[in-house]
Amino acid sequence: MRALLFDTTRCVGCGSCMVACRESNGLPETDAPDLTENQFTVLKTVPGNDGDVTYRRLCMHCQDPTCASVCPVGALKKTPNGPVVYEPEICLGCRYCIQACPFGVPRYEWSSLAPRVRKCTFCADRLAAGKINACAEACPTGATQAGEREELLKEARARLAAEPEKYVQKIYGEHDAGGTSVLMLSSVPFTQLGLPDNLPAEPLPLLTFRVLSKIPTLAGAGSCVLAGLWWLTNRKAEVAKAEGRAPRKGERR
Amino acid sequence: MTRVRAIFWRVVALAILSAGAYSTWVRFTQGLGASTNLSDEYPWGLWIGFDILCGVGLAAGGFAITSAVYILHLEKLRPLVRPTVLTAFLGYLLVICGLLFDLGRPWNIWRAVVWWNPRSVMFEVAWCVMLYTTVLALEFSPVLFERLRWERALKVVKIIVVPLVGLGFILSTLHQSSLGSLYLILPTKLHPLWYSPLLPVLFWISAVAAGLAMVIFESGMSARAFGRALEFHLLQGVAKVMVLFLGLFLMVRLFDLGARGVLGTAFTGSYEMAMFWVETALLAVPMVLAAFRKIRANPQALFACSVMAVGGFLVNRLNVAVTGLEASAGGRYVPSWMEVSITLSLVVVGLAAFRYAAQYLPVFHSLKSEEVKEELPTQVYAQP
Ligand code: SF4
Ligand code: SF4
Repeated sequence: MRALLFDTTRCVGCGSCMVACRESNGLPETDAPDLTENQFTVLKTVPGNDGDVTYRRLCMHCQDPTCASVCPVGALKKTPNGPVVYEPEICLGCRYCIQACPFGVPRYEWSSLAPRVRKCTFCADRLAAGKINACAEACPTGATQAGEREELLKEARARLAAEPEKYVQKIYGEHDAGGTSVLMLSSVPFTQLGLPDNLPAEPLPLLTFRVLSKIPTLAGAGSCVLAGLWWLTNRKAEVAKAEGRAPRKGERR
Repeated sequence: MTRVRAIFWRVVALAILSAGAYSTWVRFTQGLGASTNLSDEYPWGLWIGFDILCGVGLAAGGFAITSAVYILHLEKLRPLVRPTVLTAFLGYLLVICGLLFDLGRPWNIWRAVVWWNPRSVMFEVAWCVMLYTTVLALEFSPVLFERLRWERALKVVKIIVVPLVGLGFILSTLHQSSLGSLYLILPTKLHPLWYSPLLPVLFWISAVAAGLAMVIFESGMSARAFGRALEFHLLQGVAKVMVLFLGLFLMVRLFDLGARGVLGTAFTGSYEMAMFWVETALLAVPMVLAAFRKIRANPQALFACSVMAVGGFLVNRLNVAVTGLEASAGGRYVPSWMEVSITLSLVVVGLAAFRYAAQYLPVFHSLKSEEVKEELPTQVYAQP
């Protein structure tokens, strides 16, 4: 499975990734400060220990993506080699994916009459053609690196061990929300990068799946109970009738 | 006096409908952005929170009453069946209408039938709502068949009615609770006063309570509007069960908040706390009041209780759908006037449809087919 590794300590904030992303996806120029329907990745800065820290926002391409699990028609899908891709043709526009994404990533084309959900595609088309992600290819410092997820995890662990004072000792995305295909290393706490620190290590879709998987049992048991109640109350009324007494209050006549 | 009042309400309804018509035009010619205050931070607003969550919940009286009569053989409740089934049926039709406004690509709605994602709660809700609306149509059909004297069709429905009601119960239980499950996927976004693993259970219980409150509320309204209502002693019985379910809801809620250790957040002086108490008070007060026989026996008081319980239910759903998400989304969501006008228009259409159905179809009483006349007997029922 393919992945991206982003390291704030190597990012110089040149913006090459943003430009490459825009060109690769044919998006118009914009100076919006955050992700928008036409900006799939964005550079932001927060104050760090020595100087500003620049970081990237983009879809994390979760291993078990919440957005894909909530979509009623399966318009969002995790592909085996990493990208979480979207198919506008079957999308209903219920926007459950936008509501559910724990990273607040997907955007919507609010002014369109045939609105699409918009987010980073992980360059699925480039990957299919055997190329690497446009942003990683454009990055001059190796702050954004593309590779196999296992390899990148190894690399990240090596960096954490080699320069422990430089990093927060965590690879974001290794386990968060069940793990992601975009991994992050940072010199400042991840919450400052807008990445929640309270996500469970198990994928969020399990939260709803646990309930949904009870449905067949519930429906089966429910039918039996209902049938039983029907039979019982029916019988009570019949017995009452056979004994020749008037049915009591609430019984069947 | 009554004439003046009738004219007043007609003018109000007309004003709402014209505003709604304009908003509809904007919605479908300029999109969601121009007509709503929805945003990437608030992808769901009034239409999901009110039209869908509340609409479906308030229609829960339909499955509760039909099950009591057909499954539990509580024959005395039979007069309640038709009005509640009618409410539920109209309610679900309006929910589907509301959905067509809210969906960004409404023309794709049929795809949920073909493209399956059984892991999605939304998928399950869609299927249940679709099937249950069909069940409701069949449950309501005898009213039409009686009017049209379709004896054969009447007989067929009579044969399948018990399994049909059972199916309705199961489908309703599933999707009423699943509307709560929709929010289970937001553990880090929804405020701890509302996020709970018990959301599906809480949604089911409160829907039954609200559905029953609606039975009382509606009967009071129909009495005012066109002098037709249900026998009052039946409503008192319904009120008792409503009290039971309100109590159950509050108990589970208290237990749940305690077990998750967030009871403290209910006393922090936050905006969420205030909304939590509005919700809780609106549900607790009618529970306490309607628990007294004396108060239940007073039509005005009982009506007021039903209004409060419905109000509390609405606040609960909007708290889950909007209030509870505001802290994590940042800022506030206030619906645009266009969103409000479309929601109100749907309510007006629903009320009007109920009124005309009740006037021209044997809803408040069943007719033997020989008795069908052009003018239905204008029997006046006990006024609540
Ligand atoms: S970050 Fe959000 S949009 Fe991206 S794959 Fe994960 S859940 Fe989906
Ligand atoms: S908006 Fe589209 S992609 Fe997102 S959950 Fe709904 S149907 Fe799926």
